[in-house]
Amino acid sequence: MLLQISEPGASVKPQLRLAVGIDLGTTNSLVATVRDERPVVFGDPQGRTLLPSVVRYLDGGAAEVGYEAKARQSEDPENTFVSVKRYMGRGLNDIAEHHGAPYRFVEGEGMVQFDTRAGRISPVQVSAEILKVLRDRAVAEMGGELAGAVITVPAYFDEAQRQATKDAAKLAGLEVFRLLNEPTAAAVAYGLDNAAEGVYAVYDLGGGTFDISVLKLTRGVFEVLATNGDPALGGDDFDRAVYDWLLAQSGRSGLSSSDVRLLMAASRVAKEQLSDQAETAIDTELSDGSTIALTLSRDTFAELAAGLVKKTLAPVKKALRDAGLAIDEIKGVVLVGGATRMPCIREAVAEFFQQAPLTDLDPDKVVALGAAMQANLLAGNRAGGDWLLLDVIPLSLGIETLGGLCEKIVPRNTTIPVARAQEFTTWKDGQTAMSIHVVQGERELVSECRSLARFELRGIPPMAAGAARIRVTYQVDADGLLNVTAAEQTSGVEARIEVKPSYGLSDGEVARMIEDSYLHARDDLEARRLQEQKVEASRLIEATESALTEDGGLLSESELEVLVSGLQVLKGATEGTDWQAIKNASDALNDASTEFAGRRMDYSIKAALTGQKLDSLGV
Amino acid sequence: MSEMAPRNFYEFFQMPEIFRLDLSVLDSHYLELQARVHPDKAAHLSDVEKRLSLQWATFANEAYHTLKRPLDRARYLLRINGVDTREEDNTAMPAEFLLEQIEWREEMQDAVAGRSEAALDRLGFRLKKEMDHLIESLGAMLDVEQSHPEAAVLVRQLAFLEKLKRDLDQAHALLED
Repeated sequence: MLLQISEPGASVKPQLRLAVGIDLGTTNSLVATVRDERPVVFGDPQGRTLLPSVVRYLDGGAAEVGYEAKARQSEDPENTFVSVKRYMGRGLNDIAEHHGAPYRFVEGEGMVQFDTRAGRISPVQVSAEILKVLRDRAVAEMGGELAGAVITVPAYFDEAQRQATKDAAKLAGLEVFRLLNEPTAAAVAYGLDNAAEGVYAVYDLGGGTFDISVLKLTRGVFEVLATNGDPALGGDDFDRAVYDWLLAQSGRSGLSSSDVRLLMAASRVAKEQLSDQAETAIDTELSDGSTIALTLSRDTFAELAAGLVKKTLAPVKKALRDAGLAIDEIKGVVLVGGATRMPCIREAVAEFFQQAPLTDLDPDKVVALGAAMQANLLAGNRAGGDWLLLDVIPLSLGIETLGGLCEKIVPRNTTIPVARAQEFTTWKDGQTAMSIHVVQGERELVSECRSLARFELRGIPPMAAGAARIRVTYQVDADGLLNVTAAEQTSGVEARIEVKPSYGLSDGEVARMIEDSYLHARDDLEARRLQEQKVEASRLIEATESALTEDGGLLSESELEVLVSGLQVLKGATEGTDWQAIKNASDALNDASTEFAGRRMDYSIKAALTGQKLDSLGV
Repeated sequence: MSEMAPRNFYEFFQMPEIFRLDLSVLDSHYLELQARVHPDKAAHLSDVEKRLSLQWATFANEAYHTLKRPLDRARYLLRINGVDTREEDNTAMPAEFLLEQIEWREEMQDAVAGRSEAALDRLGFRLKKEMDHLIESLGAMLDVEQSHPEAAVLVRQLAFLEKLKRDLDQAHALLED
């Protein structure tokens, strides 16, 4: 047994792990994978690759997703959700401006919720329905369990929106390898496809969000220099501009929810047609039998859209300034998102950057393709090549200090992962608790930043004012998600707390939602847990065996024996159907391999700078 | 983290402890390390390996960005040589330097009031020259004369100029909005 696993290459078969990239868009969503070293987008049985991000709740709680739901949206507006991405991680007060949305909004805990005929539903659950359809589509095509997924998010998404997206993926039963910024995904797809080198800008105007990212591409490395954007600006707003024009021209107001939907849909069609033709006729019959019939020219549309187009350029300037670059240092501009098909956008981008944008890729698919490539890499499938991706956080993370001011701890555009610590002290004699308020944003005043979490550090030993040293540490991981810890340093008595931001769902809540969805099928829940534990266990077994093959020499014989027997126990457990036993064996093996993993990492770091060049990176 | 963690940033990248670093070598060492420790390389591995990756990649970023930026690098170099730059409590500056600061801030306010991006650009250009000059002096002070207390004075001045640069960027943003 010992000999077998120590023999190089003997026990490790380069097994292809099934991984997908998912573009969870405001208007449409897609799922893609890498097959024979090329990324491909999966279609539905009719061959349609886009899945409209529309979810309709039916009697009895079932959900209809995609084209069917989209077709019913004006019939059943209160139960049919379009552009739900705009509500992810958002409270009721954030969305006051969304006049005309036909939903029955309810204030949820930190995040808005909707009253539907299927009960109270959160945007996270709506998104999870979309993700489930995409997951099932991929599983059906690939014929096996997914090892994991990369889910894309707008680069300018804040902490709350990222956390909500990750929760939705969990709810849909997906193992999230990584949350990947949409423009970065596009840059990966474009850069690898074209062997691009130099500094590129990715201008990503989606259905409901706008991102600009500036990246430096050197062989095998994608380094984001700066990102900026507007999380509430997208193609939808251009539809709305047409809609407002239709109302103004026809002198109509006070439309019913279904008529609003009808007219919005007509506005959207008109906008899309104007990308290919000089004018378009709009002819819509409303529910009372009256019609709105008007002709819209491309020039008039450009006038309606001018303010929105201009609104995208302010973040572009900010990103360039943060990157410390002038316009003429940008080698190419990649356009992403269906909304960049609008001629007025292309012209504005060309004028601003003084060069024609790159349009030789499908702006609807490029994000999903890049996400699939990254998922394949993260799954450990080496066949697709190797590259390194260095991304940043879009918004500064800070803490509230005296006078309601925000002290920045991690500034925007800092490369992740990152950890920063700041020390604070008590201001009263004998103070034993300190409240910590975590905020995100660029403004000086806390009231103008987004509040992420409040928590209290208790158990500080009584001391004179100013004597305690409370160290607050912000750790942002590679998904851009934040973890805050606080500890009192001087006393040796360490009080410590970890927070998960208050707007997000707690792990318990996610677990409860998963349980609810299996309420009538207890067996399904058990089956799912077993499946999850088996996937997790096989990942661990494979990783451990491969580590032993590569670096078994770093272990003493007795250390090796411990790991080998841990492996055997886990393998034995996976033969059975007791998910708890598999979990226990996995945890035990994880614990047992901690020291080994540390040694391997040290060894690898030493090797990195002693002449062992990584040929795949060419650095 | 592990037994390697406490080592200093220069040692981590196997670079000499000087101010005038070869930044292209720093870049390539950083990328070689990140290519091994970045969490993306551990996404399919065990939880222990994921956690180690996160810690090491975090450390590599901290080390790299500290050494990459002149002000942070100078501050760090002084710190490992036992010199605290005391930027919070030591605000003693040559009068001439302070006067210059006041002039610059007045010019900035005038440019904003006059909504003149060109004036801001001119100011930015002059500021950059001044900063380059300070960085040049810092190099001589730290690497040639090894005069740490004097270098600490220059670090405090450079910190002033960096703050001015940030405010200048904000002024630009203000004019664009």
